[in-house]
Amino acid sequence: MPIVLLRVDERLIHGQVVLGWGSQLRPDRYLVVDDLLAASDWEQELYRLGAGESEVVFAGVAEAREHLQEWRDSASRSILLTRDVATVRALAGGGLLRGVSVNLGGLHHGPGRREALSYLHLSDEDRASLAALEADGVQIFAQDLPDAHKVPLRSVLGG
Amino acid sequence: MSDVVGTRGIVVAHGSMAEGLVDAVRRIAGGAADALSPLSNEGLSPLDLKDALDRLAGDEPTIVFADLMSGSCGMAALVSARDSSGRAVVCGVNLPILLDFVFHRDMPVDELVPRLLGKGRDGIRTLPTPC
Repeated sequence: MPIVLLRVDERLIHGQVVLGWGSQLRPDRYLVVDDLLAASDWEQELYRLGAGESEVVFAGVAEAREHLQEWRDSASRSILLTRDVATVRALAGGGLLRGVSVNLGGLHHGPGRREALSYLHLSDEDRASLAALEADGVQIFAQDLPDAHKVPLRSVLGG
Repeated sequence: MSDVVGTRGIVVAHGSMAEGLVDAVRRIAGGAADALSPLSNEGLSPLDLKDALDRLAGDEPTIVFADLMSGSCGMAALVSARDSSGRAVVCGVNLPILLDFVFHRDMPVDELVPRLLGKGRDGIRTLPTPC
């Protein structure tokens, strides 16, 4: 099965993902793409605690780009998570995510970020990256939980 | 205010759960509930939540009671405890745990935590036993 959900959520593996989306999508594994986490064994252990019996794979962006096609072709159903827009953009370089749906699931308030939705705060750089990704054929929508309204990127960006 | 000296407690949970639990403890135990501080994860990033825990705990011995180990609250609590000495984490908090805590927080933490886990588990019952 392909990657059943590719989500940007700075909480990565947590209740909304594991219980909210996981109960519907029934993933076999979580693919966490993050350069810092990929180098931190103790943080990986914490996140594994939250994933129950599902497999968790941690990879930096470069490694993830190498394995992306293999993950898509795998028999395992995967949820791929990044904690920021920049990681998705780096992952998508060269059209790797063309035609793929990206779910914006949770970015909190922070320096330079403005509220787009109650669960989504974006910086100017985030907004430019998302617009560039969409222009490159990536389908982007915001949705925190499966039964919530699906908001297309143009509405998220106020266009 | 409670005059008992001992470990402080922070309840960290989704939505208004922490505030509700501390309010419930206050209605049952009165001023002993002053030993507890509620903290919601609402609108807080993982780092903001960890920072809020650190501010509330300060340098005092503290037990952080989180709702879900697998949630952002549990994660922030575990990271906070890892970075600080004198801080313990109990996940899956319920009312029996908090009620026992406020009346026994003068116990050494290494004895108190196992006691609280037992109280929490013992508080989950079904009666009569389903057929």
